[in-house]
Formats: sequence, C-alpha cells, structure tokens
Amino acid sequence: MKSLSEIETIVKRASRAAGYSWGIAEEVGKSIRLFELFGFPAIKHLNQYYQNKKKENFEEVKLISKINKSSGSSFCPIMLGINFIDQVKNIETLKKCSVENLAYPLLLLSFLSRASEIIGKKLLISFDDCKFLLNFNLSISSNIWDKEMPMLAKKVEISFLNNEDNFSDQDWKNLYKLAEDTFVEETDSLKEGAAGAGLTDND
Amino acid sequence: MNIELRDPNIIMKLSRLGSFHQSRLSFLRSFLSEFKDWQYNRDLFNLDQEGYGTAVYSLKKKDRVYSLICYANKINDDERSDRVIATKWDAAFTLHDGVPLKEDIDRLRNEVPKQEVGRLSYKELTLSRANKSVRVFDHVVESLSNGNQPDLELLEKVGYLYRTTAVYGSGKFGLADRFRIKNREEINGPFRLEMMLVYLVRQFTFDQVNHVAKNKNPNSAVKLDPKICRNLGIGNSTGLGMAPFIVNHPTLLNNWILSREIALKKIREIKIVKTQDRDLFKDCVKSSLKNITSWNTESEYQLKKIKLLLKDTKKFISFLENEFDFQKDYPFNEIYLWLEKETCEECIEYVVSIMMEPFGDIVQPLVGQMSSEEEKYFNIPTERTVGDLKKILENKYSDILKINFNIDKSNQKFWFISKNKEEPRLANRFEENGADLEQPLAIARDIKKLYERLLSLKNNLKINQFLIDNSDLRHVVRRAFIIEKFPYSEIQDNTIGEKLVPIDMLRLKLSFFGALKFDPRSDKWLRICMFQGAPLPNELKDYDEQWVYKTHS
Repeated sequence: MKSLSEIETIVKRASRAAGYSWGIAEEVGKSIRLFELFGFPAIKHLNQYYQNKKKENFEEVKLISKINKSSGSSFCPIMLGINFIDQVKNIETLKKCSVENLAYPLLLLSFLSRASEIIGKKLLISFDDCKFLLNFNLSISSNIWDKEMPMLAKKVEISFLNNEDNFSDQDWKNLYKLAEDTFVEETDSLKEGAAGAGLTDND
Repeated sequence: MNIELRDPNIIMKLSRLGSFHQSRLSFLRSFLSEFKDWQYNRDLFNLDQEGYGTAVYSLKKKDRVYSLICYANKINDDERSDRVIATKWDAAFTLHDGVPLKEDIDRLRNEVPKQEVGRLSYKELTLSRANKSVRVFDHVVESLSNGNQPDLELLEKVGYLYRTTAVYGSGKFGLADRFRIKNREEINGPFRLEMMLVYLVRQFTFDQVNHVAKNKNPNSAVKLDPKICRNLGIGNSTGLGMAPFIVNHPTLLNNWILSREIALKKIREIKIVKTQDRDLFKDCVKSSLKNITSWNTESEYQLKKIKLLLKDTKKFISFLENEFDFQKDYPFNEIYLWLEKETCEECIEYVVSIMMEPFGDIVQPLVGQMSSEEEKYFNIPTERTVGDLKKILENKYSDILKINFNIDKSNQKFWFISKNKEEPRLANRFEENGADLEQPLAIARDIKKLYERLLSLKNNLKINQFLIDNSDLRHVVRRAFIIEKFPYSEIQDNTIGEKLVPIDMLRLKLSFFGALKFDPRSDKWLRICMFQGAPLPNELKDYDEQWVYKTHS
C-alpha cells in the first residue's frame, strides 16, 4: 500500500512535470492526498487527466462567475479548483454557480472539499446523476462513491449551503424531551440547597 | 527585565545556523527523557557465529510496544559504501509498531535489507541501514576474543562501531504515515521514533561485537566494558537529503528555533541564579572542553571552526573564573552580551546550548512545542492585499531583498532531484544541465522576484487576483504569509549563491537531532556521532542528564 506521504510527493512532482508551477503542484499534492484518504480514486483520475493533457488542450477559468461556460474545449479541473479555493469568499456571495464542460470532475471535488473548510460551509455538488455533499473537509457524502465517475461533466452545479440544521424542529423537540428524563424534579429543599447553574446542562 | 527574542535576521543566517550545537532540546535527549521508564528487552538474538542473522529489541510500557528488528547480513568489503548509491549494507533495521509476528519478521527479511527499493507496511514506523567501521569493529572483536579490552585511543578517534547512512520515517517506502501515530503522547516530539531506532541499533552493535568475539574464542573472550560501550555512539553519514527538509517544513523549523530562542530568553531573564545552577553550568562548560579536544575531522573548514571554538571557550572559562560575578542580577544576560561581543558564532551558540543544562524546568515544556502540523498553515489567505504582502516582505526578508540576483554568482547553484536515486543534489547552473528542472528551494531569489513584481501593482489588489496571473510565485506567496506568523520559519540567506555552504543546513538539523562531532567530508556531506556518552538501555531508569558533557569520565 502506498502511504499518503508517498502519494503527496509523487503527485506534486508529476504535477510540476505536467506543466504546473511548484505552488500549484503543492496544492494538487495536498488535494489528491486528501481525496485518496477519503477513499476516492483520485490518483486514477489524475493520471488519466495528465495523459490526456499531453494530447488535448484544456481551458482555464480565471475569474469564477455564476455561470462558467467554456469556449470549446473542456475546463481544466485543477486550475478551476485552485481558483475556486483562492476566490471562494467572493464566489460564496453568488450562493450558487455552475461550470459547463468540465474534464475529470472528481479532481475539482478534491479542491472544493478544502474550500468548504475555508468558508465554513457545506457545499453541494451535482453533475449527471452524481451528488456530493462536502462537509467542511471532514467528510464527504455521495450517492456514487463505489461507482465509476464520469471523465467529463456537461454541467456541474455548486451550491453553498447555509449553516442550518438538517433536522426538523419537531425532531429536536422530541429528542430534547427524552433528554429531560435525565433531570431531577427539584423539591423546595433541593431548590434551596442544591445550587446549580441552571436547567440546561451545558456539558 | 524583558529580553527580546533574538532577531531572525541574525539567527537565521546560514553561518549562524551552521554553528548550532546539541542541547537539552535536542531530539535524542528528549527521547531518552521520555522513554526512561519504559521496559527495555532483547526479545530475539538469533545470530550465527560470524554475527549474521536476526535480532529484535523492544521498548514497552503498558500496552504499547515498539520493536526494532535487525537483519545483519554478510557483504563483501568492496560492496560497503556510505554513499546513498549503495545497495548493500552490513545491517538493516526497521522499527515495528507492536510485537512482530514470525510472519512479520519473515516478510520484512525480504524487504528491509533492500531499503529504498523494498516495501514496508503501515505496521513499520522507521527504516534504516548501517555499515561497520570495519577497522574498529574488527579490532574490538580481536581484543575481546583475546580477553582484552580494545584500544581506547582508536575508539575515541572514531567513536562508534557502526554508522547509519539514512534513517527514514513518515510514510517513506510504505512506512506508516504520521497521522496514524501523531496522537500518541510518547512521540509528541519530532523524530522521536527515528531516535529510538538509532538508540536501539547502538545496543545491537555492542551485542553483536560481544557475540562474534565470544564465538571466535569461547574460552578467553570477555565482554566489552559497559563504560566503553557508553562512550561509543552510532555514527551517521549525511548528505544533501536533509537540506530540502528544512526548507520544505517552515513551521516545523520555526518551532525548533523558537523553542531554543524562548529558552535563551527565559534564562537571560533570571534575576538571581541559584548556586547549584551556576555550578552545574560552569561544570558543563569546563567538562565540555573534552568534547572539543576529542572532535576529530580532516576538514579544513571545520578545523578552523573547532580551533576558534576551543580558543573562545577557554577565554570564556577564564572570564567566568576571573572576572565574572555570578552574584549580580541577570547573570546569564550579562554572559550572553559578553559572548556576543567577545566570541565567534560557534562559541556563542555552544554556550547558549550549555546555558540550558541547569534549567530543565524551562526547557522541558518547550520540548512539547517542537512539532508542527504544516497543513494547518498551507492555505493562502487570498483575501489579503498586495499591500499586506509587500509589507511582510519588507519586514521579514529585509536582507534578502538587498541581494542582487542579476549577477551570476547569486544564482550559481541549483537544487535538483537525481533521477538515479531520487535524492536531492546541488549543481552549478552555468556548468551543468538540468537547471530547468530546478526544485523550489531558491526561496531568496523567488522572494525577491515576488517583491519586484508587487512593486508595480496597486496596494489594494487582492491576493486572489494577483495569483491568477502569477501562479509561478504561488509557493513563495504561501511562505510569506507563513513567516508573518512564524518568524523563524525561513533561512535568511541565499540558498543558491556562490558562497553557499550546504553543510550549514545539514548541521542545523543535525544539531537539533543531538549530533556531536560534525565531521564534514566535503561541503555536501558529513559524518556525525549520536548517543556517544548516553546511558545504555538498562541504565535508563536513573541516568545523569548531563551525560553529553561527561563522555570520557
């Protein structure tokens, strides 16, 4: 088994050899390491992308806007990912954005996961039949984690999710009520003699 | 009294970093301190009459066990090389996490001796190999087998029976990644498992030499005197591989240097020094003279430094004995100021290290702050502005910005990775091919380039906009924002200039390891000795903390 350290080092060097600057290559190394740790076939996709890159031209998105359309060839997932990380605070104000014609979309996800951590918001990504929920770079939920990932996404939609509960008030109330069963009803003497900070146990 | 931390623009110069010495903060000393109450055991010693075979040593506490597995193999004299290009060694080692099963030992027997071309697993933590100092090893075997102890003069000259030529960890060749073990309390310090490997290897060398001598002449052989063992360490040959490490781990470098600087600051701020602390300091300085006089090297460069160190240390001792009054307030501050004025860099840093000896209460808490998670500081704060970045460069790289990179001698060298051994190398840009594949280690040049590019831009431009068209400088933009928070994260010198002495970079790292007797064999590699004078594993429970300065007693 290859260690994550080996993965990061080799990806960094390969990315430099593929024509990226050292600073970009460092970013790719970190992102691919992370996605391999999460169990996604990042090395496989990166390898295929770098093989194709020798034969095909890929377009770069510099300033990311609400709708990003390529002028013909598909977008480079790496430069899009790096620019997304760099510009994430501006992009967040758009709440949603889309990218049309993106090569190797899995590679973009490895950067978006880090962007989710930077911005402190979950990101929902969808393309074709694939959906990914990126949780602050701590975990990723997906409906296709054990299926083949497409090599080209016609349209990728990226949504910034607000920091809100993903359960109903009623669910919470029910659970809270159950938790109350661990509390002791105070008698008058307990009220006087058992001083505490309040009704809510904040431990 | 509030003493300022020393200026990174002075301390982070290569000549100063290349004058650092081991101290109580050094990793091999903090390793001994952490593991002193662990149970040491030799679990397996299956060597043939000539000393070839397998051995296992362990350190254990509660449920945690670390096991060193040693494979000693026969090699021909012409196959023995300390160069990184070697493919065979007298012995190869791995530190296994837990108690190795027979299957583990068998599996590793096929891999560990191959070193870089073998494959380890997540159950292995570190990997190393070593060669005998044949002259010393054979002499010791001969003497012991005849019932005599070896010639101490020869032993003192070399200082070890074996020298390692590389110690790998942190995920190399399939070894366990650091994230798997980083939360273990006992390894909360850099390179602790590498130190453990080297320490246990040292014991293996003593056991092996005794074993071979005994088998050579079972009736008259004697064991190597434990006092002699204690005065032997493990040698190490180190090349350029270490140099990029300190450039590629800026926050780690900062934490090492910062810990040393905080220790010095706190010691200088002690108003009244207790008699016992004063006496211990003076004792260490005086005893340490033996460390200097027994420091052997043929390197003109190092000989000059040693000569100057010896002269200045003697001058300092004379000052302490005849002129200095330890009763005055803030005596260590006075001493430090005197050293800065009267002695060379080598001596200043030598005495700074010794100042820490009496103050375990200051040093110990700092040991735990010497690790770092580089990932935490990897993201570039792209909301900041060009104006912010410019200011950082002006404040933190002021000397570097003065270097003229338009002249050849400032650009003479380049760092590259050799295709043959995947190891870092340094070459002359104007005489060799390959500069187009240069590694990103010319930080000073790239910082200057970044600054010049920023000069033509508006201060309110955001970094995310700057990076769109300047991705070639992204690596140094990241570093600049790191140095803003970590003042000692950067070498304040030109690492590609004509005057670069790469062994200064190696020496910096090795001093934090706790190495002694730096012996440069060229400007690109050197030999050192580790654990010379250190307690043996069965003495760990109660040992003299200042053993480094009592090597010959």
